[in-house]
Amino acid sequence: MSIPGARIASIAFAVALFALPLVAPPFWVTLGNYIGLYSIVALGLVLLTGVAGQTSFGQAAFVGLGAYTTAYLTTHFGASPWLTLPAGLAITLVVALALGFITLRMQGHYLPLATIAWGISLFFLFGNLDWLGGHTGVTGIPPLTLGPIDLKDERRFYLLIWAIALAALWATHNLLDSRQGRALRALKGGLEMAEAFGVNAARLKITAFVYAALLACVSGWLYAHLQRFVNPTPFGINQGIEYLFMAVVGGAGSVWGAIIGATLITLLKQVLQDVLPRLLGRAGNFEIVVFGILMILLLQFARNGVGPWFSRWLPKRRPPPVPDAPGLSARAHARRHAGALLEVRSARKQFGGLVAVNDLTFDIRAGEILGLIGPNGAGKSTTFALISGALSLTAGDVVFRGESIGSREPYRIARLGIARTFQHVRLLPQMPVLDNVALGAYLRGRAGVARASLRLDRDEERRTRAVAARAIARVGLAGHQHDDAVSLPLGKQRIVEIARALAADPSLLLLDEPAAGLRYLEKQALAELLRSLQREGMTILLVEHDMEFVMGLTDRLIVMDFGEKLAEGAPIEIQRDPLVLEAYLGGV
Amino acid sequence: MDLSIAAFLTQDGVTNGAIYALLALALVLVFTVTRIIWIPSGEFVTYGTLTLAGLQLGKPPGTVGLLIGVAVVAALVESFATVRNGEWRRLPARLALWLGIPLLIAAAIWWAAPRAFPLPVQVLLTLAAVTALGPLLYRIVYQPIADASVLVLLIVSVAVHFALTGLGLWFFGAEGSRTPPFTGASFQLDAMTFSAQSLFVVATSVVLIGALYVFFGRSLYGKALRATAVNRIGARLVGISPSFAGALTFVLAALLCAFCGVLIGPITTIYYDSGFLVSLKGFVGAIIGGLVSYPLAAAGALLVGLLEAFSSFWASAFKEVIVFTLIIPVLLWRSLTTRHHEEDD
Repeated sequence: MSIPGARIASIAFAVALFALPLVAPPFWVTLGNYIGLYSIVALGLVLLTGVAGQTSFGQAAFVGLGAYTTAYLTTHFGASPWLTLPAGLAITLVVALALGFITLRMQGHYLPLATIAWGISLFFLFGNLDWLGGHTGVTGIPPLTLGPIDLKDERRFYLLIWAIALAALWATHNLLDSRQGRALRALKGGLEMAEAFGVNAARLKITAFVYAALLACVSGWLYAHLQRFVNPTPFGINQGIEYLFMAVVGGAGSVWGAIIGATLITLLKQVLQDVLPRLLGRAGNFEIVVFGILMILLLQFARNGVGPWFSRWLPKRRPPPVPDAPGLSARAHARRHAGALLEVRSARKQFGGLVAVNDLTFDIRAGEILGLIGPNGAGKSTTFALISGALSLTAGDVVFRGESIGSREPYRIARLGIARTFQHVRLLPQMPVLDNVALGAYLRGRAGVARASLRLDRDEERRTRAVAARAIARVGLAGHQHDDAVSLPLGKQRIVEIARALAADPSLLLLDEPAAGLRYLEKQALAELLRSLQREGMTILLVEHDMEFVMGLTDRLIVMDFGEKLAEGAPIEIQRDPLVLEAYLGGV
Repeated sequence: MDLSIAAFLTQDGVTNGAIYALLALALVLVFTVTRIIWIPSGEFVTYGTLTLAGLQLGKPPGTVGLLIGVAVVAALVESFATVRNGEWRRLPARLALWLGIPLLIAAAIWWAAPRAFPLPVQVLLTLAAVTALGPLLYRIVYQPIADASVLVLLIVSVAVHFALTGLGLWFFGAEGSRTPPFTGASFQLDAMTFSAQSLFVVATSVVLIGALYVFFGRSLYGKALRATAVNRIGARLVGISPSFAGALTFVLAALLCAFCGVLIGPITTIYYDSGFLVSLKGFVGAIIGGLVSYPLAAAGALLVGLLEAFSSFWASAFKEVIVFTLIIPVLLWRSLTTRHHEEDD
């Protein structure tokens, strides 16, 4: 096996990085130290902003929390720095959890606003508490020692900083390539879809926020022992903004963007602080003008940052073939269920004065393919949304295997063994088909953030990929598993949606217009696939427009019109039903 | 604390709160129409105060240079877009709008500065200059990315705040300024002293809020903005240009902020970087209204003003800490009482 180019590049980078303190003058080592510290913070923001689509301007405050905790505990109580780190992490955890819990259940812009306010509050608090030294800060923080090794020397400290930075980089990279990583990547732009496959989005967002806050805290701890004194200035809101700029400049989508961004901004600031006052003949922090304009231009013209320009130079890694592995264990739900699997009882949905679904009652029997049809505006999609939990009921109930699911969130409904597709395709466009489908198996895995970061989830991950590959093969797209979802034609993207639902191993499959945009032969293949699933015991609810497709496939049909059930019965009966004919053809 | 101190603090808080209320209204307006969380509003307040202070000193304020610079960039951006669309014939009219008007305002200030006009004239000039900056910045910064997500627009806003703060330092210098009150009179009612300036601030805010109410309720342009706020695409379909709506919004918002600057100048010393905290206090008020409700935003801003006044009495060092920590219970209350759906963007 040849060594992939990307790995050679990483090794070369690591060698250059650790050789720097041996050969470079002290000024460069200092700069390298700061870049390392900033990279650790920016890495958290890459995860939070670039991947999960949330953001924080308050990271500098978390850095300050880590720095002040160790500063206070080591100088007042003579605590060992290695004990103050967990203490700082614990405080950060509590604060981040509280902030995250309050803001992340709301729309995306409340978190950044709250973090600005929190950043400012903490800055003024540090500056006004006498026992933290006020604006002068805390001096005399002891240096770090690692057993017999004294890390007073900046060159040695450099090694510690970068060892931690690279460890954080490795852990974050692992995390993105895991079950939770896929879910995290879905939060930005695919939130509703992720929830339909069992992802508790609010909780995952809080996790990402806490992860970023903890990294910032570690950076602060290192900073305090590097500088050996702390004051409030480096933890103010402007530094918090600069951290975000680093993540955005580097390109918030990849972990390397953090290091690229931290390096570029740090060097640029160094140069600007040197050049601008001489150029303008005045002292002052004029570099913020350049930073501000740079960010505006970047977000106008290159929203993915400069990271992609760098990665273009790296050789592209060919995706490895998916090794065959035993699948994940089947979900703990019985395929066979006596009687009605799902009952819709007098379901009602009102939007203001409009009654979209009017006291609708029907059930889905285990093992059948049920079609839900009706003219445009009949309320089919609303009904579908009521069953899947995407909309909440105004009155009535939906019962699945004896359990009421009428008021549950979609991710809880998914746990019971219901999987769905979307009428408007909801794939993550820049992710390969395989990863998109693997997201469907989210509820069948167990690996959490900690296990994934340490790469202890590889066995489960292999199984998940095998499950995804099989689902893709089953729907006939085996050749496309490594293609980005966006590169497929729309019809095939719909089929990928079905593969993703299959990967969830559901007992009830909800399909929202799966045949739209398919050609004749593709439709036939789809019908054959659905029939074979039925033979294995799958129950399927189908909302569809294509009459020919529905008539040939379903066991039973529900016809809706104006939010009400117009007719119910076998396809052949429905075709002759005068009410149905009138609704569709306006009377005969 | 006795009653007279409480009365004094209340008066102080209501005065500040009235200013924050104007700011909060501007923030709600900008957010609902354009989805921009307009962090740099504070710099407009600062520019308002510092421009008026410059005029008071009888020298042309930094706003002149800033306005010319921003107008030139906006004119370049606009010309480039016009030429690219092949609309050569419209170029003169657009240049007159984006370059001509700002240059006229800049020239007027330059001319008026040493002539020591009475305060109301200087206030009008100040308002004109700072208001002109609003749509110019919208044209340069926001219009090209008007469809971006709220998050991207927010990061851009923070970047604009950075740039404007630095430019403020460059054009106005590091010294703080105060402006003279409109009136030094005060009068006695029972045992309480009211300053006429406080009453003036509150009255001005009430009048402006009333004017906005009439504008949105009665005028066609106001209705167009409301339509855009409710449904951007729908508004576009009935012929309301999003760029026009954006620019008009920024005219109104910049005017409100400039007014805040004029009103706050006699109360606090304003430095080039004071705006950020001022705008965030407006935001705390606006967030109480969920960034969408005008009356709640105004009420929230009043609350912020009162809280600030009373906490500066009890724990003056922790004034900012208390005001900004208020956002946490407010957000908690909002998150528990309202059901939210994440926008997918």
